[in-house]
Amino acid sequence: MYAQLVETGVKRIKELSEMSEQERAFQEKIDSEIKIEAKNWMPDAYRQTLIRQISQHAHSEIVGMLPEGNWVTRAPSLKRKLQLMAKIQDEAGHGLYLYSAMETLGADRDTEIDKLHTGKAKYSSIFNYPTLNWADMGAVGWLVDGAAIVNQVVLQRTSYGPYSRAMIRICKEESFHQRQGYEILLTMMRHGTQAQKDMVQDAINRLWWPSLMMFGPSDEHSPNSAQSMAWKIKRQSNDELRQRFIDQTIPQLELLGCTCPDPDLKWNAERGHYDFGEIQWDEFYEVLKGNGPCNTERVATRRKAIEDGAWVREAAVAHARKKQNKNAA
Amino acid sequence: MNNKTDLIEYLLRLGDSALIQGQRLCQWCGKAPALEEELALMNVGLDLVGQARNWLEYAAELLDDGRDADHLAFRRDERAYRNLLLVEQPNGDYAVTILKQFLYDAWHLQVLTGLTQSSDERVAGIAAKAVKEVTYHLRRSSEWVERLGDGTEESHKRMLAAIPEVWRFTVELLAADDSEQRLCAAGITPDIATVGAAWQAKVEAIFASATLPVPAAASYFYLNARKGLHTEHLGILLAEMQFLPRAYPDATW
Repeated sequence: MYAQLVETGVKRIKELSEMSEQERAFQEKIDSEIKIEAKNWMPDAYRQTLIRQISQHAHSEIVGMLPEGNWVTRAPSLKRKLQLMAKIQDEAGHGLYLYSAMETLGADRDTEIDKLHTGKAKYSSIFNYPTLNWADMGAVGWLVDGAAIVNQVVLQRTSYGPYSRAMIRICKEESFHQRQGYEILLTMMRHGTQAQKDMVQDAINRLWWPSLMMFGPSDEHSPNSAQSMAWKIKRQSNDELRQRFIDQTIPQLELLGCTCPDPDLKWNAERGHYDFGEIQWDEFYEVLKGNGPCNTERVATRRKAIEDGAWVREAAVAHARKKQNKNAA
Repeated sequence: MNNKTDLIEYLLRLGDSALIQGQRLCQWCGKAPALEEELALMNVGLDLVGQARNWLEYAAELLDDGRDADHLAFRRDERAYRNLLLVEQPNGDYAVTILKQFLYDAWHLQVLTGLTQSSDERVAGIAAKAVKEVTYHLRRSSEWVERLGDGTEESHKRMLAAIPEVWRFTVELLAADDSEQRLCAAGITPDIATVGAAWQAKVEAIFASATLPVPAAASYFYLNARKGLHTEHLGILLAEMQFLPRAYPDATW
């Protein structure tokens, strides 16, 4: 998930009978699957939760360009270079969609981006892991985009119209990226040398658990989820989505001929799902707090980009004003 | 074909320039001054690397020595590279990046427009596709030269500083060597004097509206990319770009 821990600030969900008339009308609309649009009344906490979630999602797209940008200059063939460039371009585009969706809620893009740069806003923990070999480009496409898709497919039905519509557009491109990522790995495993196969397994070993963490804390430790679910911002719980991801990914892992770095993983015929080992939640919370392997570098790179580019943006504004004045004269 | 050796050389010049310019744009990933620029830089880079692939594929076919486009891109040393010196220059600040892009685009569009009339059908076909993309590139880079040149005091100052950094490399855009003259005589490539004049006119027009002075024509200096005599920047760029195929020569990616 690209927005994995979103505070709703709500301690207890209200019963319909406790709600004001406005609140009740809103909740009834949600319950009957009518999309909320920008000009509709909405509870302030719903608005704030969405701003946090969508901005986190947008920030993730932007910070997510960095681990891939790390390899775009080193992609090993023209075809792979073109694919990666196209993907990075899509991600910048997704960031733009999402910031636009967020702005329909009255939030300001620059303000929210500033929160990212000062460490007040989160982005997906996954992008705090380094990309250390070329197979990471395949594994990021397959596992990371794969996990994002599992989440985003559900978010296509999220209750806020602009967010839902952004997700529909984004999912189409993400699915393409995921297949491409998988194909990178499949090529290395089927036609590659032993050194390449080792790269693939190494990438999977490093990115498997962080990908599972993308779905956020387990349900028992997600006190905010209930309200998000009641508002139908979230449609399914973290653990449900994580399970779905594992169930659909393991056969793909087997087709690659790779192993999963989880000794406890095994098919449970009774449940009809894979059982899997315990996630290192300490690591998850440390990464979210800013203590992951690349948190410092990622935020510093983004902050520097925006600071170094200030004179460029100022020039664009000044030039536009001059042109406007000229046209007016 | 009599002109085969000349044409291979020319295809490498076009392909290598597009590839190296694309590589420089890749280095901006995640570091651009605005999100819209991230998108635009990667978009332009993607077009250019795509064009490079087309030119290098044709060059590889003509070479017919077992090398493919990837081999040409990732296994040739800097002395065998034929890109313009202009495009291998470091990105610098955004003023340098934009100026490099503009000077290249203005030349590139003229060359490609001429090549759409090439007597070599394959060349004409590749150029016809590329010309649409480069029309967009030039529009974008022209607008940025105007914005930065006629923006704030700071941006104007930076553009003034960028000009001497890159202008001296434009000498290559304006003169044909014997090989290109033969291709031109055979109707395969456009007349470089015509290309040069149109380039000069475009640069003067955009610089004028950007309130920037047009320097005197750059003069000859020792380096010559057509002979593989590059600046010291290319070797490092290639070391990064070619690392994987060089380190794992038997690999399939």
